[in-house]
Amino acid sequence: MNGLVEVTDPGLGNSIQDLGRVGYRHMGIAVSGCLDPLLARCANALAGNPAELARQCACIEARAAGPALTVRQGRVRAALAGNVSATLLRAGGGERDVPPWQSVSLDPGDELRVGFAAGGAAYVAVSGGFATPLQLSSRSTYRRAEIGEPIAFGMQIPCAALPHKGAYEFSADPWRHDEGPVRVMLGPQDDHFKPEAIADLLGGEYTATAQSDRMGMRLEGPALAHRTPALADIVSDGTTLGAIQVPGNGQPIILLADCQTAGGYPKIATVISADLPRLAQTRPGQAIRFRAVDAKEARQALRALETRWAWWAYGIVHGLPGAEVNKDWRAGWPLYQNGWCQDE
Amino acid sequence: METVDSLDAPRLLPLGDAAWTVEFGARIDPALHGRVLGLLAAVERVRREEAFAGIVDLVPTFRSLTVCYDPRRCDGERLGESLLSLARTAGAVRRDGRRWRLPVCFDDDFAPDLDDLAQTRGLTREAVIERLLGTTFRVYMIGFMPGFPYMGGLPEALEMPRLKSPRKSVPARSLAVAGAMCAVYPWESPGGWRLLGRTPVPLFSVRDEDSPSLLSSGDQVNWRAVGRDEFTELEAAGQAGRLPRDSLLAEGNER
Repeated sequence: MNGLVEVTDPGLGNSIQDLGRVGYRHMGIAVSGCLDPLLARCANALAGNPAELARQCACIEARAAGPALTVRQGRVRAALAGNVSATLLRAGGGERDVPPWQSVSLDPGDELRVGFAAGGAAYVAVSGGFATPLQLSSRSTYRRAEIGEPIAFGMQIPCAALPHKGAYEFSADPWRHDEGPVRVMLGPQDDHFKPEAIADLLGGEYTATAQSDRMGMRLEGPALAHRTPALADIVSDGTTLGAIQVPGNGQPIILLADCQTAGGYPKIATVISADLPRLAQTRPGQAIRFRAVDAKEARQALRALETRWAWWAYGIVHGLPGAEVNKDWRAGWPLYQNGWCQDE
Repeated sequence: METVDSLDAPRLLPLGDAAWTVEFGARIDPALHGRVLGLLAAVERVRREEAFAGIVDLVPTFRSLTVCYDPRRCDGERLGESLLSLARTAGAVRRDGRRWRLPVCFDDDFAPDLDDLAQTRGLTREAVIERLLGTTFRVYMIGFMPGFPYMGGLPEALEMPRLKSPRKSVPARSLAVAGAMCAVYPWESPGGWRLLGRTPVPLFSVRDEDSPSLLSSGDQVNWRAVGRDEFTELEAAGQAGRLPRDSLLAEGNER
């Protein structure tokens, strides 16, 4: 790896996340992983991590005051994705702003101070990914089970170093999530609700509340009535990311990455995979509308999203915006192939 | 006892575009759970086949099996059909997992609800403990939080609903009951179950990569009472990672 960064300020609400921990839900262990895996992928691609690795490399997910990172060893390329920017303090003096959607190469002693993530989850990626130890085959932090180290002062994290000397940067247009209603599939317990409740869910407007974290997002809006009070409770069954559970008060909760693996509230509908990343960009007070789709439309939406991401990634250019660029972005990728993030 | 539910056809319920829940019924019932474990075993057998390749997680509960899959790697609708036909034919299995004999201490400060439960159910404190120790509990599922076992088999005489107002903080490793269920909180957490004791044994440890959760669906648990000294000793050993899991298995356990 031979790149090393040190956390010189942990900030607030930051955590190491990758695509999550699958295969352990029968033990009650949440999947975790990036709330917005698409933005994380963007950040990784801009840091020069090729498509396959861009899905696996761990990022720092920033949800409030971003961290400050100082390079201790090697030349490290970093990139931000999302509504966040940073300040670069060079070891030799001098500072400049680092906007998102472009990379910056840091030498030992250089410090990247990430600002406030204002629009929802934002991501910091480095060359090779943040190579913290794997726990249960993932680097994702899941504090509830004390899995993954919290980001703390002085924490040293290996990554990949760039072999070349010159500044070699990537930039791209900002990624834009789909807009319009969040698409859901009804069920598994839609039959526990009055027909009016289904109509309210799909016709009404809900507001994201401040009572939201990595486990779930509480919404406020038209109360969704169960067919009988007894149907507001079920014998606990399996849950998953995106499931919209409705407790007795009728106010829905959308389960997110750190959600419990089973629960006793009926789930009226489930957000489809293509629209899950968008939820990470929903701020308290923001309105959400829902639209029901079938399995076929959900599949098409996911395909369309992947195609759109591939086109976005194809648009990554060598060099910073405005510079004369080499359109063949892939040419830059093998540049530090000796420094891949290796799993022991 | 055969119940109407256990004879019902299984239902395939969509949990979005990345999971199916195959539901056998709506109740806590050993017969339903047997069918859940039957389907689980059947899916585990065919998991390597192409039609099932996209499966990433299998979550058995009291009455259903949730099958999580990667919608980028498989056709969800075809997977659902295959699961449903497996569920119709898999039949029930009684998976007798490992049998555990786990220590529990009933000291007052560990058991704030013991006297209340005894009084409400017209029993002495000793009689409650005696019934707990005389029961073989069956682990139905792990959920709510990592390693949290939902166990059935609680004698009816000890049943009591959850607290009206849940505690803000339940100490880690508290032995607790609610309704007909028994459980242990692996971590400190808010909770509304009635606390009757505490075990020194860690229920979850990431040191054990293959099986971080001590208990799994189908396991059986008997409790044995320990005094404060033994509790303290075992607790220290558990926290230092010096409490081998094998030492907690009941005698004569098939391994």
